[in-house]
Order: sequence, then C-alpha cells, then structure tokens
Amino acid sequence: MTTFLGSPTFHAGTGNIRGTESFPDAARKSLADTQLRANLGAATTTIRNKRIAAVAEVDDWEELRRAGSALKSQVMARLPELLVQFEENVTARGGTVHWARDSEEANRIITDLVRATGSDEVVKVKSMATQETGLNEYLEVNGIAAIETDLAELIVQLGHDKPSHILVPAIHRNRAEIREIFLKSMPDIDAGITDDPRALAMAARAHLRRKFLSARVAISGANFGVAETGTLAVVESEGNGRMCLTLPDTLITLMGVEKLVPAFTDLEVFMQLLPRSSTAERMNPYTSMWTGVHPGDGPQNFHVVLLDNGRTNVLADDVGRSALHCIRCSACLNVCPVYERAGGHAYGSVYPGPIGAILSPQLTGTTGHDDPNASLPYASTLCGACFDACPVRIDIPSILVHLRAEQVDSERHGLPGGQDLAMKAAGFVMGSEKRFAAAETASRIGRVLGGKKGRITSLPYPGSKWTSSRDLPSPPKETFRQWWARTHEDTE
Amino acid sequence: MKIALFATCLADALFPDCATATVRLLERLGHQVVFPPKQTCCGQMHVNTGYQAEALPLVRHHVEAFESESWDVAVAPSGSCVGSVRHQHAMVARRYGDESLASRAEDLAARTYELSELLVDVLGVTDVGAYYPHRVTYHPTCHSLRMLRVGDKPLQLLRAVRGMRLIELPAADSCCGFGGTFALKNSDTSTAMLADKMGNVLRTGAEVCSAGDSSCLMHIGGGLSRLRSGVRTVHLAEILASTEKIGSNA
Repeated sequence: MTTFLGSPTFHAGTGNIRGTESFPDAARKSLADTQLRANLGAATTTIRNKRIAAVAEVDDWEELRRAGSALKSQVMARLPELLVQFEENVTARGGTVHWARDSEEANRIITDLVRATGSDEVVKVKSMATQETGLNEYLEVNGIAAIETDLAELIVQLGHDKPSHILVPAIHRNRAEIREIFLKSMPDIDAGITDDPRALAMAARAHLRRKFLSARVAISGANFGVAETGTLAVVESEGNGRMCLTLPDTLITLMGVEKLVPAFTDLEVFMQLLPRSSTAERMNPYTSMWTGVHPGDGPQNFHVVLLDNGRTNVLADDVGRSALHCIRCSACLNVCPVYERAGGHAYGSVYPGPIGAILSPQLTGTTGHDDPNASLPYASTLCGACFDACPVRIDIPSILVHLRAEQVDSERHGLPGGQDLAMKAAGFVMGSEKRFAAAETASRIGRVLGGKKGRITSLPYPGSKWTSSRDLPSPPKETFRQWWARTHEDTE
Repeated sequence: MKIALFATCLADALFPDCATATVRLLERLGHQVVFPPKQTCCGQMHVNTGYQAEALPLVRHHVEAFESESWDVAVAPSGSCVGSVRHQHAMVARRYGDESLASRAEDLAARTYELSELLVDVLGVTDVGAYYPHRVTYHPTCHSLRMLRVGDKPLQLLRAVRGMRLIELPAADSCCGFGGTFALKNSDTSTAMLADKMGNVLRTGAEVCSAGDSSCLMHIGGGLSRLRSGVRTVHLAEILASTEKIGSNA
C-alpha cells in the first residue's frame, strides 16, 4: 500500500477545469445572450431567497457552519492518515481502492474496470468528479456509452452542452429549450409533448427507466467518504442515483481525496449543512450510504477511485487550502452577482462561480497571465456574499486576494506590463503626502476634460474601460487637503 | 472627543464634499477634528489587485501618519477603506514578516471606525440634527455590510433626518459592480451589475441615491449621469451634515 501524498512530483490538475479564453472575454459573450441573462437571473433569485428562508429556520446555523469548517480543517491536517484508514476499511469490507494522480489516470482506471465487466454501457449518478475528469467523453472514445441519469445532467448531455452550475447544471436553459432538446434526442418521445415540467420529467423518466433495467455497471461520485468505516455517501433529489447505486452488478465510485470525513457521526453536521445550502431543503430526499459489498444485496463488485488531480498542490498552500473544504453545495454561485450576470460557462471550468474562481486555478496551477485560469481570481468584486453563504465558511474573498498576489508575484521577474507600471506609479505617488498633493494639483488639469458640464464622458484606453458605460466627475476646484488648510490653519 | 479624520485618497482628491461634511458634522456635534497631514491612501487598490509588495509601504505610511498625532478615535467616511485598515493592513505586514508593523496596524485598526459606526457605537447618537428635504434611497455598500457588519446603523441615522423620505432600495445588498480594478478588468460584467443596480434605484422614484462609500457612489453616479437620469448620488456624511440653516450645505 502506497500513497502519493507528499510525493515530490506535483501533478497539476487536468480535465475540464481550464477554459480556452479569459473570463472577461468569455463573459462578454454570455452577457450578450439576453435569454441566458433572464434564465439565470430568475433561477438564482429564486434559489437565493429559498435558501435564506431554509437557513433562518435553524437556530444554531452559525455553530453548524463553524463545526463543518473545523471538521474540514481537521481532515486537511490529517489527510494522509485518513486516506490510508479509509483504504483499509473499504478493502476490509470487500471493496477495491485505486489511486489516480490526474484525470487521465482516473479515466483509464475506470475504463479498464468497465471493460473487465464486458459491458459497453454504464449508468451514471450525477458527479462533479467525473465532470472534472471528462470521463463521459473518455468512455465514449473507448466505445462505452455513459448515460447521465440526473435530469439536469441528462439535459446537458442530450443537448451536447456543458454544465454551467454545480447543482443545477442546466440552469442556463429554460423549459422551452429543454423540450426542443428532448424532441431532438429521445427516439420514442411523443412528438406533441408540451413544455410542461411534469410532461418533460415523465419523458425523461421513461427514457431512463429502460437504461436502469439494462445497465450492469454504474459510476458515481461521492459527497462524503467516512475514514473510520469505509462508507460512501451520495445525496440527491430524484432517486435516480439510488437506482444506479443499487441495481447494477458493478459500482465504480470516483471521489476527490478531500471528500473524507473522519467519523460516521461527522456526517450529522454535513447532512444538515448541505441540503439547506444547496436546494434549500430541510432534508435531502435521497441519502444513499454504502459500505463495501454485501452478498445478494446491491452491487457485488465495488471500486473506489481516489482522485488527486492537483488537490495536493492546493493542500500545500496554507491560505488557499480551505478551498478543499467545499462540499459542492453551490450556495456561493447562487448569491454571486458576477455569476448571476456572466453565467457558469464564462469560468471555463466545471467549477464555476466564486468557488470555481479559487479552486480551478489552484488545481491546474497557472502558466502566466495569458492562462485563462489566471483571470479567474479577478472575476469578483470581493463583495463577500459568497463567504456569508458558504456552509463551511470558506473565506473566498481572502483567498481571491491571496491568489491575485501570488499571480502578480509569479510574474515579477518578467518585463513589467501596463498594469505593473500603473500600480508602481500609484504606489510611488501615494507613498508621500507631498507627492500625493502634487498629483492632486496636477489632476485638476483634468477639469478641462469635464468642461462646463463637470463630468468626463470619454477617456483614452484604459480609462475607456470606465467611460464606455460610466461618466467620471471632473476633479474639484479645491481638494479636501486644501480646504482643511484654508479653514483649519491654526490646527496645522 | 478628539477625532482623527482619515479622509481617504478618493474623497480628498475627487469628492472633498464628503470629507468636509464629515468635519462639519463632527464639529457640530461638539467634537474636535484633527487631520493627520501625512495621510495618503490605505493601499486597498494595490492589495486587491495583487500588488501587496507595493501596498506594504502604504500600510507603513498610513500607520505612521496616524501615530504621529494624538487623538482618541479615527474615522473614515468609507466602509471600504476602514475594511482595508481593519482586515488587510496587518495581513500585508505579516506577509512580509513585519510583525511589529502588523501589531501597530492592529492597534490603529481597533481605534478606526466607519462614520456610522463612530456615530452610533462610539458617540451614541442616531439623531444628528440633520434636515434634508428630499426623497432618498440608500445603497448599503458591500464592505460596510459584510466586512464591517455595520448593519442598519446608516439607516438608523437616516431615519432621524428631518424632512427626508427614505425609500427602501430593492435588492439593496447586491453589489453595484464597482470592485476597484474589477470595473476596468471586467468592464462588461461590471456594467451589467451596474445596470441592474441603476434599475432598482430608478424604480424607487428617489431624487437621491446615498451610500457610505464615495467609490461605490462614483460608480453608481457615473452610470446615472450617463443615463441623464436626474438622480443624484450624495454621500451619507453630506446628508447628515445638512441642516435647516441656509448655506450650511455649501
């Protein structure tokens, strides 16, 4: 038994966690899509308000958040030993544990396991880990059809689309669009189907039921893995996950190494935090837990693939580490004003929103300021709504600030860019009250730009980034410093 | 009480009315205001853009500027700049191993208040004797709301203003999209956020949109001015400093 933790060879994360264009460029395209803006605005507002109400019902919510945060800190501090304990307990109960350093390795291991069963079709429980590794596409190339059974994931899959939200991957679609996707991709569908949500759900149900009854292999992710028992847990709302977890002969679970909790009783905290934060439900409808293999009951072959994919890199960063506390509830997405406008695809990763802005660049590492993931820590106004909503108290704004500093510091050896020069110049001016006062005096030349109307409506680049949509006031006739000197001479 | 004014670089250079109003208000309430003349900028823009090395001398300069004067409490008419002093200065100092600067920054931070905090928590006043006969809506800025947790202190102060009609702003706690260099780096997203904020402001029918931060008001006001909306942006300090006495708002 070996573990890779602490190994000197770091593995940057791979798979669907780095886009092809920077956040501002990708966001510009999403912002032009008025349908997307309307769909997202309506959906996030609804979920946001529901969550606030669900959380308000719990008297000890803040204590629960602190407990969740403390448990996760403990897991990070003890991760190597907990992983070994987890492996021992899964193995002792008839399961097999595999270790994957990156997406490629995880996909290969899972493909080999599916091939060994002789099956060319698998049913899937909604899983961010398999989205992260791009497992479905990998299986398809290898002649294995992977069928998503979560309704929203199915919509994304049948639409040849990408997920744009952690919990509601098809949040960017409305029901008229979903009807069209179903009509195009489901062979037996009633051609006269309406866009009534119930009719659409029933069509999906009929489509999926055939798959549940024929599939011999299922693939899941995991919300939690319990080190002391080797138990895995999946929470879901539709029951389709439970069908996958119980009907097939073989079950393969892909789990990020950070998903562990030390003890079975720790689940009590997270089972309260997760549903209220994600779906605004007091209790989630389907909680499935399984421990090893039980003869004559459920899958008879059980495998767990433990995925690193850059997580040990994140663990090595004292400040950024707490991004691994994330329990994928997506509360931060739903409260984020940037996510609400730009949409999930702009983040270029299966992890969008505030958590994606800190997790994706940490998992992949960044290769310079042209790396699309290097733009993600800047995709926030630092308004702090995400920190307030996070059930495990991840201080996302502070991590964003930290990652920005790391990014700037990593490029200090190169030629300074326009921003570097501007920041250094501003720092120089602000570094002395005399230079600052002189700059204030000089800036009053800017009153010419404002003219009689007193507002500046057009500036050259990069000021044009501001004046494209906003005026700027002309500098005043007298600065505060000058007013003070004039009116409070005796106190100087 | 002897109150040191941290005017903030933005108010000093671009929005002096906000800083002069703060002085007039505090003097009217019977306090002595001092302006530590060495002060410049808290360095928040540098920290939030990733330039912490460049921010370090600004942190040191800020601490020295305020240590060089004697005063009881310091105040800034900005939740954002007080947030920077309270939550970033010591962090920047520690990042560069300057523990002594960090602890001096913490001492200063513990005595530095945002305007509504100073008035309500320290001076124990919600009615400052202001008169402002206008329809006003209030935008609670993100750093006041979530970094400093000022809660409804600004609203308590505004509710006591005579002649004023305070109208609730829909989706008030949603960010206006400024975010410092975010407004330039992510100009399109920033503009989309601003558009929604302006829509909500206009929906109230208010003549004035107020807030406790000149920076957010510069953003919202810059958009409202471009729309020729007729709605003005006025800092909380200016409203609180206004009285019935003619010319007092000059």
